Amino acid sequence: MKNDNNINQYRRQFLSSVTGVAAGLTIAPGVLLNTVAHAKQADQPVSSKNRWGLLIDTSKCATGCNACVTACHKENGVSSTGRPATDAVWIRKVKLTDKVTGHVQSLPFMCQHCEKPPCVDVCPTNASMKRDDGVVLVDKHACIGCRYCMMACPYNARSFVHEPVTDQIYPRGQGTVESCTMCVHRIDDPEGPRNTACVDACNAEGHKAMWFGDLKDPSTEISQRLKQYGGEQIRADLGLNTGVRYQNLS
Amino acid sequence: MKTPRLTELEGRSPQFFLLMGVLLVLIAVGIYSALLMHGEGHIITGMTNRIVWGTPHVFAVFLIIAASGALNVASIASVFGRSIYKPLAPLSMVLSVTILVGGLAILILDLGRPEHLLDVPVTQFFFNTKPEQWSHSVFGWNMILYTGFMAIVIVYLWMTLVKRHNKYAKPIGVFAFVWRLALTTGTGLIFGFLVARPAYDAAILAPMFIVLSFVYGLAFFILVLIPAYSWTGRELGDAMINRLKKLLGIFVASALYFVIVLHLTSSYSAANASGIEQFILFGDNPYSSTFWIGQMLIGTLIPLGLTLLPGFKSRGALIVASIFVIIGGLSQMYVTIIGGQAYPMPMFPGKEVESIINDGGIAPYSASIYEILLGVGGVAIALFLAIFAMNVLRILPESLADKDVDPHYDPAKETAAA
Repeated sequence: MKNDNNINQYRRQFLSSVTGVAAGLTIAPGVLLNTVAHAKQADQPVSSKNRWGLLIDTSKCATGCNACVTACHKENGVSSTGRPATDAVWIRKVKLTDKVTGHVQSLPFMCQHCEKPPCVDVCPTNASMKRDDGVVLVDKHACIGCRYCMMACPYNARSFVHEPVTDQIYPRGQGTVESCTMCVHRIDDPEGPRNTACVDACNAEGHKAMWFGDLKDPSTEISQRLKQYGGEQIRADLGLNTGVRYQNLS
Repeated sequence: MKTPRLTELEGRSPQFFLLMGVLLVLIAVGIYSALLMHGEGHIITGMTNRIVWGTPHVFAVFLIIAASGALNVASIASVFGRSIYKPLAPLSMVLSVTILVGGLAILILDLGRPEHLLDVPVTQFFFNTKPEQWSHSVFGWNMILYTGFMAIVIVYLWMTLVKRHNKYAKPIGVFAFVWRLALTTGTGLIFGFLVARPAYDAAILAPMFIVLSFVYGLAFFILVLIPAYSWTGRELGDAMINRLKKLLGIFVASALYFVIVLHLTSSYSAANASGIEQFILFGDNPYSSTFWIGQMLIGTLIPLGLTLLPGFKSRGALIVASIFVIIGGLSQMYVTIIGGQAYPMPMFPGKEVESIINDGGIAPYSASIYEILLGVGGVAIALFLAIFAMNVLRILPESLADKDVDPHYDPAKETAAA
């Protein structure tokens, strides 16, 4: 196990140096992406100076569109067996109908990346964890599959891997719990944080209902939109201070 | 009152080997079911991403609660000084350990990755010098409470059985009593701290679980004690039977009080804005019928009548009452654990919610045979170990005849009082 970890570490270091050199050689200084300014070297720890988050404008989210879901599951190698009750569902579309007015809304729903995540509090092995930059993750090697986090999550955001998994892109494991990682591999991209797969897909569809970015950086579009228009948390009464916010929800 | 001699059971009859054989088969089938669950995945169970704790948890939580309750007889003897129960204290201790082992076995075998358990929590609690990194998990605390309970009770048993250590039995008995209160509180808080789910978020669950433990543990104790005596030809007099019967009745009545307060509070308060009480109590679903028929009628009202009404004098009535209490206990765990998960969480008040995982609807669940076999296997582990212990340890009084238990016991007076 230790050897594997070392190999992984060398591989990561090698890959990051190769990509770093490649990026430096191919991208001219004048056209550096804005995000590279936030780039973090692979060997640097994540920092609480960042708080990664998502913003969703429900008024722009199209009923019936599933692009974010498809993109997320493709990106993360989460395949469906056609049994949604037991399939891993990292992100889902939720249709809301107001019981009084009949007003219909649609929104993508996933791990809300709470600042005070109940899943982390209840985990007996600290497999459920929150990074300093606000991303809530599960360490598959430490998860014993007790599902207490799923009992504690107020959002049904977590899935238990009920069946053997094949075609993994990122590590997954039968008998462990998983959920949206906010595309943490993109956040940790040596070239700088990139949009999550769901946000890219929403933009590609032309709906532009989702934003990803650093909530602590006032210059990001997500921060500016939140400052200008505000944003709601789902189950704000629980005081979890979620990293995922919604606009035009009520 | 003379102190009855404690001896081991003989356990050489064909019936004994048959019983142990049946229990071993049930254990093997339970373990095989768990192995299948780990090979094929939990897909072969009825559990889903909405009902994440299924029938194994119903059995496991029931047994864990019952385990601490099985220690009652020992606690009453040593902590509260009722010497009549003293001869039965060792059996009570042994049962509390074996029932806990059975419950924990289910819990561990139902984990998705039990092998990860070997290296993770130990490091969290024993080799971590940073208090801020200690687990906040009630589950984590319970791992300490459960293993600690077993260790303390085993020492308690040792102090009780070895004459020269008897003087330590009382203090460690008090310690075990306090520890078991913490253990059941911890088990109740596994649910009580789940703020997101309207069925659980209630501090009363912790004291309620303590009272439930008295009920389940005593019923289990009675169902082991009576056959152990009648099948081996040892005498078990009415003095003991009547006391146990009354005790069971009082415990069932106390549990009923807590159940009423829990549901009244939930019905009356804002917590019921989600409609959880209507769902559990008056819904057109298996949980409501299990509540009224399993938990209330079979598990509470009939045992209350059988134990407290004067008309039921036979020990058959006590056996039926104890079996019904156990059926009621499993029903109560089913309603609490599975019913509580089946009801949707209030994420979007005032809206109808539709999604691929049925966020807004009642989550369906039906137990698979593997779950039931794993649960039954856990019960079999508890019984097998208890019977084995009774055969190798001198823990059973040779006689619990009236003259040995209570020389002043007068059946006529008992009848008149009734």
